[in-house]
Amino acid sequence: MKAEDNITEFKTTAWSAGPGCHGGCGQKLYVQDGKLIRVEGDESNPWSQGRSCPRVLALTQYMYHHDRITTPLKRSGARGEGKFTPISWDEAFEICEKKLKEIREAHGAESVIFCQGTGRDVGGPISFLAYSYGSPNWCQLGLSGHSCYTPRLAAMKATLGDFCVMDASQFLEQRYDSPEYTVPKVIMVWAQNPPPTCPDGFFGHWVVDCMKRGSEIISVEPRHTWMSTRAKHHLQIRPGTDAALALGMLHVIINENLYDQEFVRKWTFGFDDLTERVQQYSPSTVAEITWAPKDTIIEAARYFARAKPAAIHWGVPVDMTPNSPTVAQAIAQLWSITGNIDVPGGNVIARPSHGVTTYPYTTEELVELYGQELIAKLNAKRIGADKYPMVKGFRGWAQPDMAIDQISSGKPYPIKAVWIQTANILGGQAARMKLHYEALRKLDFVAVVDLFHNPTTMALADVVLPAATFAEKDSFRSWWAPLAVIQKAVQVGECKSDWEINFEMAKRLNSGVGKKFSSVRDLINQRLKVANVTFQEMINRGSWAMPPDGPSKPYRRHERGLLRADGKPGFNTSTGKVELWSKTYEAWGLDPLPYYTEPVQGPVSTPELYRKYPLIMIAGTRSSLFFHSEHRMIPWLRDKLRHPFVEVHPDTAKELGIYDGEWVYIENDHGKVKRKAKLSLTVHPKMINTMHGWWMPEQVGSEPNLFGVWQYQINQLIPGPQDSVSGFGGGQYKTTLVKLTKIEQGESEYV
Amino acid sequence: MSEFGLLIEYHYCTGCLACEVACQQEHNHPASRTGIKVTEYVMETPTGLSIDYVPFPTALCDLCAARTQRGEQPSCVKHCQANCMRYGRVDELAKEMEKKPRMVLFKPR
Repeated sequence: MKAEDNITEFKTTAWSAGPGCHGGCGQKLYVQDGKLIRVEGDESNPWSQGRSCPRVLALTQYMYHHDRITTPLKRSGARGEGKFTPISWDEAFEICEKKLKEIREAHGAESVIFCQGTGRDVGGPISFLAYSYGSPNWCQLGLSGHSCYTPRLAAMKATLGDFCVMDASQFLEQRYDSPEYTVPKVIMVWAQNPPPTCPDGFFGHWVVDCMKRGSEIISVEPRHTWMSTRAKHHLQIRPGTDAALALGMLHVIINENLYDQEFVRKWTFGFDDLTERVQQYSPSTVAEITWAPKDTIIEAARYFARAKPAAIHWGVPVDMTPNSPTVAQAIAQLWSITGNIDVPGGNVIARPSHGVTTYPYTTEELVELYGQELIAKLNAKRIGADKYPMVKGFRGWAQPDMAIDQISSGKPYPIKAVWIQTANILGGQAARMKLHYEALRKLDFVAVVDLFHNPTTMALADVVLPAATFAEKDSFRSWWAPLAVIQKAVQVGECKSDWEINFEMAKRLNSGVGKKFSSVRDLINQRLKVANVTFQEMINRGSWAMPPDGPSKPYRRHERGLLRADGKPGFNTSTGKVELWSKTYEAWGLDPLPYYTEPVQGPVSTPELYRKYPLIMIAGTRSSLFFHSEHRMIPWLRDKLRHPFVEVHPDTAKELGIYDGEWVYIENDHGKVKRKAKLSLTVHPKMINTMHGWWMPEQVGSEPNLFGVWQYQINQLIPGPQDSVSGFGGGQYKTTLVKLTKIEQGESEYV
Repeated sequence: MSEFGLLIEYHYCTGCLACEVACQQEHNHPASRTGIKVTEYVMETPTGLSIDYVPFPTALCDLCAARTQRGEQPSCVKHCQANCMRYGRVDELAKEMEKKPRMVLFKPR
């Protein structure tokens, strides 16, 4: 904190509400008379090095928006009527405490599901609240197959023993100038256009930084993007066929002896089995499956394997392929057998900085925080744990597709309430959105914590609790490095942080909580203890600290005995090696080797449906202006992208008689959704591309309109359940078949 | 007349629009006004599709006079996520421009 001319500067870390994202950027907040007046990138923060995105630069408009919810609210009309009455925090906490205690008494704690959205700061406090209450059901409800990073994380943990991330020098204080760092010669960017996205634990423009320092790009991408147009090789694959491509590249690399023979001999298990498996995936077979040309597949595989170091950066569509954990396994094998694991400029092992846990990523972290006994007890009742060994064996999620079916059916046990925290389930992540709407409306009790009214608060909430942005709260972050803290700069209305809300609720629901922690600050300090630092010390040193030498700092930790509990060299797997033939997958009843399966619907698996709906829809394309379903009410952002559009190839549009800028329906058996047609050469003629998360804050919020969500929410068309035998992955967000039709005049009020 | 300008290496401009909102915040412009505006160009070429973005300083651009007087970078330059914008004396920027292709130099004032 630095004060000058009545203006105080706070150096902090942006994570969650505000920009909304997975975060990590260092920002300076300027406060005058208790009000935030300006945001400026913090040059001294190694993550973002002074840069900012449009959403964080619009923070003042977000925080002080006239629609912001600034007091707790109680529903005073029928559900969906839009009538809410302001109440005190005491009354709000009392209502929630009473309801949740009654339900626990009558039906057991498992009958309440604790829901979050994407991977943000809320992950720590919501799991804390769920476990303090005694419910095993912590869930990204609506996100089919938990198809966002969890499948990739599970695959890496099972086969490599740890998580890996492309090395953009993010673990090093001097970043690109660090003497031990080398920029990747080649970066294979798999299923992402990093600049407009906010990848998990990664700053999208780091890839651009590397390109400027000499990295060449291989782009695996069904669309043409900024990144693909700057790539040496562009593999324009059919959505959902990623496993075939990865296996085809492995085929080339193994059969042409382009792999790192020493690494494979010393550090891998099951190479011969993998060699045998990949023989089924010759480049010509793969070309036929993926629609990418055979020669490009061969050339790209050679180019990747010959580059030292090379890295792979991947995106969420990998999690939305059929049987995603096997897809992630195959892609991870590409960086493994080429010897690019935990080397400078390769794919480095990513552990939470200093060993601090904010948002539990593994079963081990959950056990560390909550104890073996509680976790084992919760697993017995966790939705999906009995059906899917991977869901049981990795992390602590309830399986979302089964969860919504269970809410509908009441079997095997009834669900009575949901606690939804900063997740607009109906306007955002929910595949089979109508089913979610119908099932959740019937619950006895719905509490929603959020910053703005949205289709979810409006349709479902009995109580709404106003949450804080990152500028209004104390919190901490270790995803992956640096270790960082978030400090409160201002107070807006009566808003509270997720930690404050959940700590207070947890104390009321579990008498042990208050004995263990005296305050949120005390809880944070206890979590930071392993780093031998306090919250205040972290603030004093500028809000961040890079990992010290040890398990959370690269490189070559497998050689130095830093990865395993026994202190021996090797990877953190049962064999001590990278398991190309996965013993963990075998134990989970899955194929230990990677394989390809067709998407559940598509030109190959459902030719008849394909005739009826001849376009493959890629839903969920990103814009830097909005994070998922947020920010549509922020003038500086919305004015730059007023209407939800669908990208259509000009040839396809011509065939359908659709003009540029015309309103159209995207349609399939699940419904129809409105979009403005944007004719664009960037999209394949057999595909369309559109954003998700659209609802209209400027429209009527109460039923039946619900901010226009029924007209614009694209995930209504996404079928379920997940297309994955493991329970994780296979949300059909990128592979659903649709058609486009013109909207006749007078058909809609809001066109 | 100012001796200063903006050099933009548009090969690396990703179209993220941070410059536009940075400008709007700095000058407290309403949503309809901005001192810098990014345009997208998509085109078929003999070697494949090209996608480019170019930020253009509008009539409202004052090169962040207040900031540069304090010795700071203009807000758009400071926050550019691709680090592809430079502020400086036009003669120096023009020399810089000789080194690489796909750049544009603006002298808004």
